[in-house]
Amino acid sequence: MAGKLRLVVVTPEGKTFDDDVEQVVMPGVEGQLGILPGHVPLLTAIQPGELDLKAGSRGDELAVGGGFAEITGDRVTILTDMAVKPEDIDEHAVEKALESAKQALLEKKAGPEAAELMALIQRSTAQLNLKRKRRTQI
Amino acid sequence: MASTRDIRRRIRSVKNTAQITKAMQMVAASKMRKAQQAALAGRPYAEAMNRVLSSLANRVGSISHPFLEKREIRRPCALVISTDKGLCGALNTNLLREVGALPKETVFVTAGKKGKQFVARMGRELLADFDVKDDASSYKIKQISQFLIEQYLEGKIDSVSIFHTRFVNTLVQKPERTDLLPIGKLEKLQAGTGEHSESAIQPDENLQYIYEPSGDEVLSALLPAYIHFQVYQLVLDAKASEHSARMVAMKSATDNAKGMIKDLTLEYNKVRQSGITTELLEIATAQMAMA
Repeated sequence: MAGKLRLVVVTPEGKTFDDDVEQVVMPGVEGQLGILPGHVPLLTAIQPGELDLKAGSRGDELAVGGGFAEITGDRVTILTDMAVKPEDIDEHAVEKALESAKQALLEKKAGPEAAELMALIQRSTAQLNLKRKRRTQI
Repeated sequence: MASTRDIRRRIRSVKNTAQITKAMQMVAASKMRKAQQAALAGRPYAEAMNRVLSSLANRVGSISHPFLEKREIRRPCALVISTDKGLCGALNTNLLREVGALPKETVFVTAGKKGKQFVARMGRELLADFDVKDDASSYKIKQISQFLIEQYLEGKIDSVSIFHTRFVNTLVQKPERTDLLPIGKLEKLQAGTGEHSESAIQPDENLQYIYEPSGDEVLSALLPAYIHFQVYQLVLDAKASEHSARMVAMKSATDNAKGMIKDLTLEYNKVRQSGITTELLEIATAQMAMA
């Protein structure tokens, strides 16, 4: 397996990541999904969580929101509404957002806002998990 | 003829106006750059989404999804994306002229105060109004599309068209209508601005994707994402148009004010000169009478 995998992460706000990697692990809706070069073409939905990638000896992570992944033999395209690098996560801001979202959710049990709040909570949790994991490793 | 003092006062006031319009022009120019960049940043996402959509369209031949089904249109809905403030030339006027020509039963959702005021003035039915700031995030704008999707699924509205201004370039902005729901044919979908269809990458026919969990489920998750993105992209486009139009309008206002100052200064000098001439004449006549 000498091949490389081109990983592109795009959000509506722009390209977050575009580089060659050797392995990607993404949070698919049906569980963690590991992709190596030469994977069969696959189109899947992903849920908020962590995206792990390996390039050489270097490993890297991204917190991603819900979205889609398109995998062809040598190319992985991730379409998501959020993609943040761990160093860009502001833990306090995210914690605050999470707290206020939970509060708001208690008041509004149903309706469109509740769904959006749930999504926000999931995104925030994904960011926090990644940030905390990062810290325990160091 | 106006006195020199009146003219001086007018020159001063026009100068002040020119200063203000110049400042607004600068502000609009910097906002415009940001808005244009934001509008362009969505391109890679649009391309990727087009690729995924068209590959799905080939694969999932006949799928029934509420977004794809055409139904009898009793209550069409129009989303009007206008600006909050004026002073941007004929941007809103051009847009709202098209909106005004819509049939009576149309209900409205607006983003931007000008559109809201227009709908109120026309006495049409306003379903909701959203406040969209310049630095609106995609989540904020998602509320609009989420609202539209829900109304559509509940059957309260039967179709959604977006009235917005397409950003062509800094000097040209075109009012446009984009039909959002129902989507109709999958093959024709073009996410994003819909203008750069030549750059849309055709899916490789030989690639037989595996879908997870299944083609239908991926599609039914993808279609709302497509709607959200489409609305988001059009709002960004409208923002870029707004700031460009404002910059151009303010530039011509500044130029006009400068022209006016020039004319007024000439007038002022003429009046002053004729005043001096008259005074000299009077002195000379008085001297001659004395002698």
